[in-house]
Amino acid sequence: MKAITAFGSAILVVLALLQPLFAADDPLLPKIPPAAGDKCVRPTDEMRVNHMKYILHQRDLTMHKGIRTEQFSLKKCINCHVTPKADGSYPSVKTKEHFCAACHQYAAVRIDCFECHVDKPESAFATNETDQVNPDGH
Amino acid sequence: MGTDNHINQYRRTLLKGGAAVGAGLAIAPGVRLFELAQAKPADQPVTDAVRWGMLIDTSKCDDCSACVEACNKENGIHSTGKPETDPQWIRKLNVKDPETGNAFSLPMMCQHCETPPCADVCPTGASFRRADGIVLVDRHICIGCRYCMMACPYKARSFEHEEVEGQKPYMPRGKGTVEACTMCVHRVDAGQSPACVEACNADGHQAMVFGDLNDANSEIAQKLKKEGGTQVRADLRLNPGIRYQGL
Amino acid sequence: MKIRFAEIDGKSPKYWGLLIGLGLVTLVGVLAAFYMEYHGHVVTGMTNRIVWGAPHVFAVFLIVAASGALNVASIASVFGKTPYKPLSRLSGLLAIMLLAGGLMVLVLDLGRADRLIVAMTYYNFKSIFAWNIILYNGFFLIVGVYLWMMMEKKMNKYSKPVGVVAFTWRLILTTGTGSIFGFLVARQAYDAAILAPTFIINSFAYGLAIFLLVLFAAYAWTGRELGDVIVVRLRKLLAVFVASVFYFVVVFHLTNLYATEHHDFEKFVLLGQNGGGLYATIFWVGQMLIGVFIPFALLVSPSTGANKRVISIASALIIVGGLCQMYVTIIGGQAFPLVLFPGMEETSTFADGNVAAYTPSSYEVLLGVGGMALSIAAVTFLIKILPFLPQSLADSVVDPHYKG
Repeated sequence: MKAITAFGSAILVVLALLQPLFAADDPLLPKIPPAAGDKCVRPTDEMRVNHMKYILHQRDLTMHKGIRTEQFSLKKCINCHVTPKADGSYPSVKTKEHFCAACHQYAAVRIDCFECHVDKPESAFATNETDQVNPDGH
Repeated sequence: MGTDNHINQYRRTLLKGGAAVGAGLAIAPGVRLFELAQAKPADQPVTDAVRWGMLIDTSKCDDCSACVEACNKENGIHSTGKPETDPQWIRKLNVKDPETGNAFSLPMMCQHCETPPCADVCPTGASFRRADGIVLVDRHICIGCRYCMMACPYKARSFEHEEVEGQKPYMPRGKGTVEACTMCVHRVDAGQSPACVEACNADGHQAMVFGDLNDANSEIAQKLKKEGGTQVRADLRLNPGIRYQGL
Repeated sequence: MKIRFAEIDGKSPKYWGLLIGLGLVTLVGVLAAFYMEYHGHVVTGMTNRIVWGAPHVFAVFLIVAASGALNVASIASVFGKTPYKPLSRLSGLLAIMLLAGGLMVLVLDLGRADRLIVAMTYYNFKSIFAWNIILYNGFFLIVGVYLWMMMEKKMNKYSKPVGVVAFTWRLILTTGTGSIFGFLVARQAYDAAILAPTFIINSFAYGLAIFLLVLFAAYAWTGRELGDVIVVRLRKLLAVFVASVFYFVVVFHLTNLYATEHHDFEKFVLLGQNGGGLYATIFWVGQMLIGVFIPFALLVSPSTGANKRVISIASALIIVGGLCQMYVTIIGGQAFPLVLFPGMEETSTFADGNVAAYTPSSYEVLLGVGGMALSIAAVTFLIKILPFLPQSLADSVVDPHYKG
């Protein structure tokens, strides 16, 4: 497990170091779609290496203790990072156009989240489909 | 005469004092109720100060299945046309006494036991009871062994037999894991009541009450105290949080 | 005469044919498991009512038989019966491989088999399943060490203490396996303390039956001599085990029959009423007639003696009976409806109150059979690599008091 994490982190560090190259349209590097907000809850470099740790920790807090803070909530990540395509539809996580898949397909690290979790932001649902109670969502 | 005056004075003071104390006592629980009706702060963990439960008056149920439809809609549960493998978190259980012919029906879902057998048998601890009484499946660590389904006396759990589509963002569900009624934990944490209860009350049936069993002044606790309630398979001593009337 | 152990030649076309054939059956089982995992359990016969199906019947049978297969080695090391000593190595090997086959089936049937590492790292110690994970892994380790003690000359002096540990461990393990069902309060067929010792006594019979078949086949097909002394001893032992199995079945049902609350289930499984026709048939014909009565008669009949053919048939019937027993326990126990309101009739849209139907899909059976094939294939292969089998088990070799 640690070896996989270390290897995956190494790939991400390499990607982070190659960040300036992402601006160029290099077909070999992943094309990461832009997010909705102006910046992430943490610096990009830190997130590239540690996002899994934050997500894992948050999931245990939410699941077992009912702590629903928003900073590392997966729903909130998706709300910001998954934006509609030019035609208004939302990319599926099975395609490279999805924020998570763009990097993960490149790094060949399979993610399990979207077996269960919805890969679209809440804004993709009609208003009467999300929980009316809590429009901000927790 | 003078003594009478003194006594009356004394009585007046007593009554005034009593009224003040009584008013204070009447307001204080109201203050507490007001606190609970607000959502728990998002960064605070749940505690066992609260125990969520439901009281269902089955004499008001009849043929209605508003609770079932509301649950399916709320949690994104769709039928695939295969009732044997489709999940069902809440169902109307029709019971008939073969000797007398008397029949009734009740909504049956996860009973959110105090000592849940499903949590006892789960090898990874994915099936667990939250501090505030809600029994959940942590689907991140569920390995899909279905032992909890063998263990549940109420047949409350469903296994996802195929790939799931149409999940809600607040209720992730996936193939290969086990799931059951969550007492709409996402709504409860936001200070609301479960979808089934809301639908039942909106429908006019008013058969379901949701609230804090630990709070002696909550509607559910007071109703239980006054009218009583029973548990299904009470002999198992699992102390479920779901109580029934009219069985 | 000293016992000499030697690897088998394993060069004949028949040998390779057997090994490759078993390997293919295992492969098909694994492919069936992939299919089930990819599409989800919707392609199987398992439902929200019958959550454990054919794979579990095979898996639990193999796991139970595994601990029983170790008996022969325990009788030698722990109870000091020297005639069984030469058989100890094969006994240990078979035990490990049967467990491996059973676990393969169990793990490949999981809804999230890719999360096996989660099962090994997150433990709920109140769960007997969690304890079983530790017990099964420990079994591999301990019997592995036991084999080492037996097979390396300078470690032989430790084989008795390690044997005692192995014996104790497998008793705890089988108690744990029986308790998987015994601890469940929810179902009419379970919730009984006797299920744990029942599984232990079943393991004695199933394990020895498989051991006998493997032993006979290995010696017949390699041309090595297997004398009557060993055969007769094992035959008598198996007869005792089968009789003990019968005793536990009787006690279980007699107790249930005494309690009115269990009468509906007893009518279901013993008389075929309340929708239990299939399960009563499998119980009486499969578990009892084929699994107990006929083999017992064959094993104690005076005309059997050391007739390996008759004893093989008896062993095969015991194995069939064992699978039937697992079917009645596991599937029958789930088919019988859960009782939420005792004495009442229940119906719902979620299959309450009825006897659940179950037809195993071919994928499930292929997986189960694949597990059995893995066990036998592994044994077949390993007796060629390492000296598990004595060169000869002729009477003159085995019996210290042999008189020409």
